[in-house]
Amino acid sequence: MRAKSKPFSKIYMGLIYLFLYLPIAVMIVFSFNQSKSRTLWTGFTFDWYKKLFTNDVVISALINTLVIAVLAAVVSTVLGTLAAIGINNMNKYLRSFVMNATYLPVMNPEIVTGVSLMLLFVFLNMKLGMTTVLISHITFCLPYVILNVMPKLRQMDPHLYEAALDLGCNPLRAYWKVVLPEIMPGVVSGLLMAFTLSLDDFVISYFTTGPTSQTLPIAIFAMTRKKVSPEINALSTLLFVAVFVLLMIINIRSSRQEQKDRKKERIER
Amino acid sequence: MKSKASSYPYLVWMAIFIIVPLAMVVYFAFTNTAGQFTLENLAGLGKYTPVLLRSLKLAAISTVICLVIAYPIALILMNSKASSQKMMLMLVMLPMWMNFLLRTYAWMTLLEKNGLINRFLGLFGVGPLEMINTEGAVVLGMVYNYLPFMILPLYSVMVKIDKSVIEAAQDLGSNSFHVFSKVIFPLSLPGVMSGITMVFVPAISTFIISKMLGGGSNLLVGDLIELQFLGNAYNPNLGAAMSLVLMVIILICMGIMNRFGDEESKGMII
Repeated sequence: MRAKSKPFSKIYMGLIYLFLYLPIAVMIVFSFNQSKSRTLWTGFTFDWYKKLFTNDVVISALINTLVIAVLAAVVSTVLGTLAAIGINNMNKYLRSFVMNATYLPVMNPEIVTGVSLMLLFVFLNMKLGMTTVLISHITFCLPYVILNVMPKLRQMDPHLYEAALDLGCNPLRAYWKVVLPEIMPGVVSGLLMAFTLSLDDFVISYFTTGPTSQTLPIAIFAMTRKKVSPEINALSTLLFVAVFVLLMIINIRSSRQEQKDRKKERIER
Repeated sequence: MKSKASSYPYLVWMAIFIIVPLAMVVYFAFTNTAGQFTLENLAGLGKYTPVLLRSLKLAAISTVICLVIAYPIALILMNSKASSQKMMLMLVMLPMWMNFLLRTYAWMTLLEKNGLINRFLGLFGVGPLEMINTEGAVVLGMVYNYLPFMILPLYSVMVKIDKSVIEAAQDLGSNSFHVFSKVIFPLSLPGVMSGITMVFVPAISTFIISKMLGGGSNLLVGDLIELQFLGNAYNPNLGAAMSLVLMVIILICMGIMNRFGDEESKGMII
């Protein structure tokens, strides 16, 4: 059955890749185009990249985005990990109540989250800007951290913690020395997820940011409205290459790790 | 000592920044600018019914198209060698890592009246076709942006299907069609359900894709909400009422889907 369907699946995947990558490929090609035209090729140039690097709006937006993403990721990881440990110690009913409330922002459409936070900030008379964006990002990252840490806590053998106490750890030390290392993979993936979600967020930032402080997605939105295309193309190309390289490194590292593990297994046998 | 205390900061945070804001949406939806109770906002939504119906329609069409496109991809991934599965999945997910504004913008340049597709068609004497600023363009943008949200839950459920179950069905005399309809498809249903929710929710609430690809004449609910808060039509009370309706619609859809949903894949969005 598998052999028969091979050519079909190759063609199908080919078409899918074409659909997914054609727009990106066009952007990359036209980021090197001399004229401003988005359809006519007139010659090769690096001008748009040079312009991009001297574009103060883009540079400051990039810095804002990175600062917010780092802060949001760290704060939401610390708060979220502590929360997951506490929630895990709750009784069944309380726990399922809190977890359901935690799902709320994940399920809610982004626009509603953005609008509701905007109403709150306006009501509290807070000036919309970097602070409000940061608070919003922490808020929508928190559930993802908890959802990443929670399964690791539940998989963990509860006797490990008790054993640490029996061996003379105080509770704090037991958490630090025994529980935290056990749940570390969940904490790290929560941190990474929070970081990427914050980097990429447009909708919620759009409603909670002020007129002066911009994040990169908001700057991009402003650019798409003005239709200054070649610079956007250059920016897209750079972002695409960055993401591509990053994912490649992660992929290669994880497959190397797998090979190592397999070798180890063989030796142990 | 099993302490709950470490979750208190989070609980306080959640109360202030999730529960209170949502309560404010409800409060605004039922009050007028003077803060008095009114049903006018909700009653005033009647004239926006066409927009609401259009949002429902386009989101539903996009969800179905995503499912139809993504299901074979998940099947192909499931049947490929373990070593190439990862690479193929990464290639499918890679565009999702680029900001969705940039991806949507790329389609703008392709679909424009003087865009590349029309130029290409012009070589054969076809066109120019009216592609941008149509409902079709909005659907295309939704499918392009949300396809990975369908592929991932489908794949994550299907890859867990025990191969020996399939072999058992074959041994018991099933042909490949029956293996699919009686074994693989029923086992993949949780993935189908969570894929549908993960595509439908962002699709029905988007406001950027419709703005960029749909022009001014294909407004969706999301556009209306945005106009009430940041646009010229500034009216947070009406906007809150719209948000409330949107939330209720989505809650109803979730309620239906949650009976079958797969909790795990939610965490796998990224």
